[in-house]
Parts: sequence; C-alpha cells; structure tokens
Amino acid sequence: MSTHDTRPGSSGGADTPGPLHGGPDDDYTPEQLAAMPREDLDRLGARYDGVEVLHVDPGPEPGSRLEKRAVRQVGLVFTLAGLSAFAFVVVYVGSGWFFPDWQWDVTETGWSAFFTPLLGLTMGLALALVGVGLVLYTKKLLPHETAVQDKHDGSHFDRVTTGATLVGGLHNSGLARRKLITRSLGFMGGGLGLMLLMPLGGLINNPNTGNPLGRTSWAEGVRLVRNDGSPIRPGDQEPGSLETVFPAVPGGNRQSDAATMLIRLRPSQLAEARPREGQDDFGYGDYVAYSKICTHAGCPVSLYEQETSRILCPCHQSQFDVTQGAKPVFGPATRSLPQLPITVDDEGFFVARGDYPEAVGPTYWNRERI
Amino acid sequence: MAATATAPGAPTTRLGKQAVEIDDRLIVAGPLRRTLNKVFPDHWSFLLGEIALYSFIIALLSGTYLTFFFDPSLREVVYEGSYAPLRGVEMSAAYDSALNLSFDVRGGLFMRQVHHWAALMFVASIVVHLLRIFFTGAFRRPRETNWLIGVVMLVLALLMGVTGYTLPDDLLSGTGLRIISAIILSVPVIGTWAHWAVFGGEFVGELIIGRFYIAHVLIIPAILLALIAVHLLILVKQKHTQFPGPGRTEHNVVGNRLFPTFAAKATGLLFIVFGVIAALGGLVQINPVWLWGPYNPAQVSAASQPDWYILFLDGSTRIFPAWDINLPGDYTIPALFWPTVVVAGAMFTVLALYPMIERKLTGDTASHHLLQRPRDVPVRTSLGMMGLTFYGVLMLSGGNDVFADKFDVSLNAMIWFGRLGVIVLPPIAYVLTYRICLGLQKHDREVLEHGIETGVIRRLPHGEFIEVHQPLGPVDEHGHGILAYGGAPVPKKMNQIGGARRAIRGFFKPIEEPAQVELEQRAEGRGLAAEESRELTSSGRPSEGGRPSEGGRPQEPRD
Ligand code: HEM
Ligand code: FES
Repeated sequence: MSTHDTRPGSSGGADTPGPLHGGPDDDYTPEQLAAMPREDLDRLGARYDGVEVLHVDPGPEPGSRLEKRAVRQVGLVFTLAGLSAFAFVVVYVGSGWFFPDWQWDVTETGWSAFFTPLLGLTMGLALALVGVGLVLYTKKLLPHETAVQDKHDGSHFDRVTTGATLVGGLHNSGLARRKLITRSLGFMGGGLGLMLLMPLGGLINNPNTGNPLGRTSWAEGVRLVRNDGSPIRPGDQEPGSLETVFPAVPGGNRQSDAATMLIRLRPSQLAEARPREGQDDFGYGDYVAYSKICTHAGCPVSLYEQETSRILCPCHQSQFDVTQGAKPVFGPATRSLPQLPITVDDEGFFVARGDYPEAVGPTYWNRERI
Repeated sequence: MAATATAPGAPTTRLGKQAVEIDDRLIVAGPLRRTLNKVFPDHWSFLLGEIALYSFIIALLSGTYLTFFFDPSLREVVYEGSYAPLRGVEMSAAYDSALNLSFDVRGGLFMRQVHHWAALMFVASIVVHLLRIFFTGAFRRPRETNWLIGVVMLVLALLMGVTGYTLPDDLLSGTGLRIISAIILSVPVIGTWAHWAVFGGEFVGELIIGRFYIAHVLIIPAILLALIAVHLLILVKQKHTQFPGPGRTEHNVVGNRLFPTFAAKATGLLFIVFGVIAALGGLVQINPVWLWGPYNPAQVSAASQPDWYILFLDGSTRIFPAWDINLPGDYTIPALFWPTVVVAGAMFTVLALYPMIERKLTGDTASHHLLQRPRDVPVRTSLGMMGLTFYGVLMLSGGNDVFADKFDVSLNAMIWFGRLGVIVLPPIAYVLTYRICLGLQKHDREVLEHGIETGVIRRLPHGEFIEVHQPLGPVDEHGHGILAYGGAPVPKKMNQIGGARRAIRGFFKPIEEPAQVELEQRAEGRGLAAEESRELTSSGRPSEGGRPSEGGRPQEPRD
C-alpha cells in the first residue's frame, strides 16, 4: 500500500489526528475529565468495568494517634524484616571468615551445626515479616472498601455474530461440499500424527528376548560370597543365623536380582522343615538359600526372626516361613521366595548348583510361561 | 497521539508523562484499569489456591538452584566429599552430588530442604484447596473445566513428588523405585513391555534417574505451568464464586478491588508462605539422605515410608489380600496391580468425574456462582467425608508398622483393622455426617424462626419463666421470624449482630476515647445503645445503600 493512499478511511498520510477510541472517549471530552476530581475519575472508570464501590471505611485520620501508632508498627515490622535479611547475608558470607567455618558433619555441635538453621531462621523471618508488614498495612492504614462487580453472562449478540463469521468462513471454504479434500485431509492428519509418534518406538524393547526377568547370574559352580567377596564354608555360621550372599561374578553384589539369603537352620527347625515339592535336595545339610528379593514388590526381605522361623519384608510386611520352603504366611505376597540349589565345591566352599528354578522378584503377566 | 498529549488534564509530572509514552505504544491503560478494578471475594478459603501457587513458585526457584549442582547419573563413583562416614563408599553420581549439595555447597542443604518443604506444602495446599472446592460446590457448572484441570494438576504434583524424591538415589528412594518398578511390571499384558520402555531394560539399568530427572525438571513442570495459566485464565474469565450473603447474587461479586487492597494482601500472603517455607527449610530437617546411605538392592532401611502424599498407596498395598489371579494359559494378574494401579486410577477417575456424576444424579445443570454451605448439601458432604475416611484408613495403614510399634499392638491387628476399616468406616462416616448436617440445618431454621437466645430469663406475670429471644428480622403475628434461610451463616450470638460495641483499641493502654467510640458506634447504629432505633437485619442490598459485610452477615471477618 502506498503512503499516498486516499481511499476513504485512510488519512492519506496527512498528519491529521485520528478519532479518539470511541466509547467512553466519545462520552467524556478531555475537558470534562480534567474537571473531575481523582476520586470521581476512579469511580467512573470502575463503573465502566462493571464495578460499584458500595462503602468505604476510611483509614485512620491523618495525624491521629491511631494512625501514628499503626505507622510505627508497620515501620517497625519492615525494619525488622530488613534486619533479618542482613543477618542472613552476614551468616552466609561471614561463616568461614569472621565466624567459624560452616561445613559440618553429624558429629559437630558448634557453629556449623547452626549454619543451616540460622539461614532458615533469618530468611524465614525476613520474608514472613515483609508479609506481616503488608497485611498490617492493609488492615490498619488502607481504607476498607466494599465493591461489587457485575458478572457478565455470555452475550447473545457475541454468540450470534461470532457464529456467523465462523460458519461463513467454513461455508466459503466449501469444505462441506469438497469431499475429496476433507477425506484427504483426514488421511493426511492420521498419517502425520502416526509419523510423529514413531520416534517413541525407540523406547520399545522386547522384554522377552533371552528371558532377562527369569534369569540371574547364579549358575552351576558359582560361589556364594559375602558382600566383601569372601567365600563361605559350612560351619562359618551359627545355627539359626542368616547371611546375605552374592554370586561370585564381577559386580555380583550390586545386581538387583541376585542377592540371596544363606540360612543355617537350627536342629529343631531342620526337623520340622517341609521343603517345596521337588526341592528337598536344594539345601545342603542344615543350610538353605532363598532369594532375598521379595516376591511381592521386590524389596529386599531382611528381618529374620529365628524363634518363629519367619522372614519379614519391611515394605509391606509379608512374612515367609523358612521351614516351609519360604512360603508366604502373612501379608500381601503370594509366592514363596525362590530357593537356590546349593552344594559345596572341592575346596569346601558353598557354590550354586544352578540358577533359581523360577523367576525371582515380583510377579508379572507371563511369569509362569517363561 | 498528538491530541491526547496536548489535551487538558494531560499529565504534567514525569511519571505521568512516561505512563502516556508507554500507553501510546502498548495501549494498556484500558486492560490495566479493568484488571485493577477486578473485584475479589473476601474469604480466607479463597487463599488456599494461592498458597499452592506460591509453593510451586518456590519449588521452581529452589529446584532451579539445585540443578546447578545435581548430576542425574547412575555412573558409579567413589565418594570423597567432606561427610566422613561415607568417604570411600561406592555410590552413584546422583547420590554423590546430593551429598555434595548437602555438605560442600554453601547453603546447599538449606536449598535442598527448602525445595522439599515447598514440595510438601505444594501438594498439601492443593489437597486442602480441592476440599474447599468440593465441599462448597464450587465445581458446579460453569467451573467443571477448572475442576478437571485441578485434578490433573494434583496427579502431576504427585508425579513431581515421586520423580523428585527418587532423584537423590539414596537407599530410601531406591527402595521406592524398586516398588515403582514392580508396579509397572504388575500391569496385565503390557507390564513387562512398559517396564522395558520406562527403565530401558531390567531394574535398575542406567537410564532411569536421567529420565526421571528430565520429567521432573522439564516435562512435568512445563505441563504444570501451562495448566496453571489456563486455570487462572478461566478463573479470571468466570470470576470467583462467593458465599451467599446480603447483596450477593448469582450475577455479581462482592469484595475488594484488586488494587490496592487485594494486591497488598495477596503479596503479603506470598511473602508469608515464602517465609514459612524458608524457616521450615532451615530449621526442620527433611530427607537427610546421608543417613540412608547409597542405594543397594540388597539392603533396606526399616520403616521405609514414602512422602505423605503417596502413603495412601503404600497403605492400600499393605492391606490388600494376597490374591494373584491365575488365568488360563498360565497368565497371571499380580495382586500388586489392584491396590496400586487400580485403586489410584479409580480414586482419581471418580474425583475427576464427580461434577458430572453429581449433575447426573441431581439433574442440576444450571450455572452457579454462589457457594453452598456443606450442611445444606448433606449428600455431597457425606459422600466427601466417606471418601476422606477411605483415604484416611489407607493412609493410616501406610504407617501401620510404625503404629504397631509405637502403640504396641500387633501388626496383624493393624492390617485387619485396615482391611475391615476401609469397608466399614466410610459408610459410618456417611451416616454420621448426614445426621450432623441435618442437625445444623435444623438449628439454623430454629434461630431464624425463634430468634437468638439472649440468655436473658424473664418471668411472666403468671409465673412462667421464659428465655428472651432476639428475632433476626420482622416477625409475624405469633412472634415467629419470617426471614427465610438464604444459604448464609445465621448469627447465633448477640455480639454477632452488634449486641456489643467494638473493643477500644490499644494494647497496653487505650489509644481511643471510650466516649468517642460509643458515639461513633451509635452513629453507625451499633451497640446496645442503638438497639431500639434500628432494625437488626438490614438487607444490605446495594440499592438500599447497605453495607454487605455487615447487617445480616456479621460473622464474616474482614480479611
Ligand atoms: C521446575 C521446577 C523444579 C525443578 C527444576 C526441580 C529440581 C529438582 C532437583 C535437581 C532435585 C534433586 C536435588 C536433591 O535433592 O539432591 C529435586 C529434588 C526433589 N524435587 Fe524438585 N524440582 C522442581 C519442582 C518440584 C516440584 C513442583 C516438586 C513437588 C511436587 C518437587 C519435588 C522434589 C522432591 C520431593 C525432591 C527430593 C528432594 C530431596 O531429596 O531432598 N520438585 N528437584
Ligand atoms: S515388597 Fe515385600 S511385602 Fe511388599
């Protein structure tokens, strides 16, 4: 468009002022507005926003004792807030400079133990006092006004005119008639959406290749070692005690499914032991080994109560009876802890006779199938 | 615009001229005036949502600070920082950097704790805010959209908490992560696939902390921010609801204008929330990760509990019976699936759909801008209490081992209490609440009909003693009040209808003249002195020049 457009509605580039905004600017000339006091202008504007000020409770009279007192209070609160803020800065910067060092460990009781609490106290006070000051200010020094504002329900006029514009545009596009276009648009949209989702396929891996959930590092001949890697002989443990053992493979003690409990039964427990079917020979002498991973949700079961022969899981309190093949006897767990078949190698150390015969850890959809 | 600049009344001060300069360019005077004039209702319960907003802001700020130091990686490192008990221990880089934040960054521990407290406060205030909306019926048409957004934000806040809590990779959160892994595995049909998608393989893998991190600091906060924006825009558009009272209708809002009163109060509240969280962050230790130690799949700390907002799921998991469902073809639906995925899913679905359910049941499809007092909607109130009781029993069961230990009851008893309680207690809560609501309703009607008990006993000529009742409004020929119940609190004490003049101001010594106050009050028609000369309940309608916050609605505090 050229700058010398002279069509109606254009100022043609000449520097003539355009009309004011219309609406209120038509109702009130600048002169009229200039003649109105500020308060009236405020009310006038409010009225245009559908707000009516019903009642004003003026604040305390200027110069009155009430006002002076309130001003002193608010001023004091803000000053205290500033002081606390500076105190924060002093504690933060000064520690290790003119105060003792701020670094602490749990055994420490001096300045460093107070460093974090002091930071919290000073910052908390500073911020909260700012808030208190503001609230006091509004309550004690501002006029209290009660205003009422109209709620506008939807406008019929707006609905009808907007609808006309929308429907008109749609009608002009002719999409309703041009079926080929709507269909191809739909087809395109579907295709594009699908295409854009595809990269998420990178997240999908097959959980069934190689049965990772059903397999651990335990295998025939793998030694049972303690967390520090030392192997274990029969007789190292008191009857009635439990030791957590790991497969003697690199990183075995960090694997999430390999942790195993080696338990030496007391003679009385051994006498009443009823192993699971087909697993009578899984133990070795008075030793049995069970997976430490709870069959409920995978927490390490850990509390062994010898008197009752029960192992308790701290997460949801499932209890397993070691004399009954670690069968769940209480709580939400549904399956026995899998038993590791063990024996002793030529050097007299405990070894596994193979992997667990079933998947360790929590149950899942196709656990029984693989 | 040359015309405005030279017009009479054009600003002469520097500030005024600058304002005109700005408005010439941006044309903001109109919208700004509309914003400043917006009226906000004056009731404390409207501040709950604001507390949630402010806590979120603090979580954002403090969390951003944490990201400067935090390393979301499961790489194994050997700790060499200044916390002696763990020196030389192998751990993940994530845990190492969380220790670093706590011991070797000046003020880092403070920030970590502020962040955690802000998170707890965030979820807590969302929940209380939601209860306010629920029990007052603020979710009714036209506000169903905002209710839905609110429920989604609550779920996201919980996810925020879970992902954040997991980040430091300590023993406690690692145990939690292990349970999350088991929950994902427990989903029928797709469980293992979903687990492989989330963890990138078997538990724990090397990816999960990095993924949780990006969800925690980018994806979920971004969605939350967008939803907060929509939530507030809708609120501004629809305007606030308000409790019924004189002068308040379905078509107006009575309260304070944004500027200056409401703005000052809201800013005040913002600072108070900031202050409380900062104080908690410094003074009250939370999640001392160095005490838990690094995550190790073979170890667990006793009494491991999640943050409070997840406790209900821990509880449902504890009390759910050991029921694996074995399907033909050797497929299994694990017991774990029900108390976690299904219970949580059902709870949030019912919550989200409640406005639609209520609309269906009551057939009430009208727009509502006036709130309801819980007692006036006994069915909803009782349903709400029923839900809260259900939630409460689950939460209690989440801590049942601590309970059993502290109060020396058997764990079995606690579990059975949970199992039975979750079925039996909610209906009991329903019935009790229903009765209480009806009782309160009846009392309101009684006071309206017979007036307030004044405590003044009078002896009638024939010897009968009666208590004098102060009617709240005009009475019919039998002396019964003819005011109808309008959904607003009914004053039940003489002082609430101005039976006494206000206290003289001053703390140690009066700073006002008692006589002056008396006069002032008489002029306002307050106090016993003015009793005869005035009607006790004015309608307070604007058209009659009444003041809505007084008259028939004296219970409402000014802020
Ligand atoms: C965009 C905002 C946020 C960022 C950038 C952020 C960032 C972080 C980071 C880096 C950590 C690990 C620090 C550590 O403890 O060592 C963390 C922890 C955490 N975050 Fe956030 N966060 C944000 C918002 C939130 C929100 C809204 C919540 C609340 C639901 C939350 C809850 C948590 C929790 C519970 C922790 C664990 C803290 C601890 O163990 O001490 N975060 N966050
Ligand atoms: S994980 Fe052991 S009882 Fe739930």
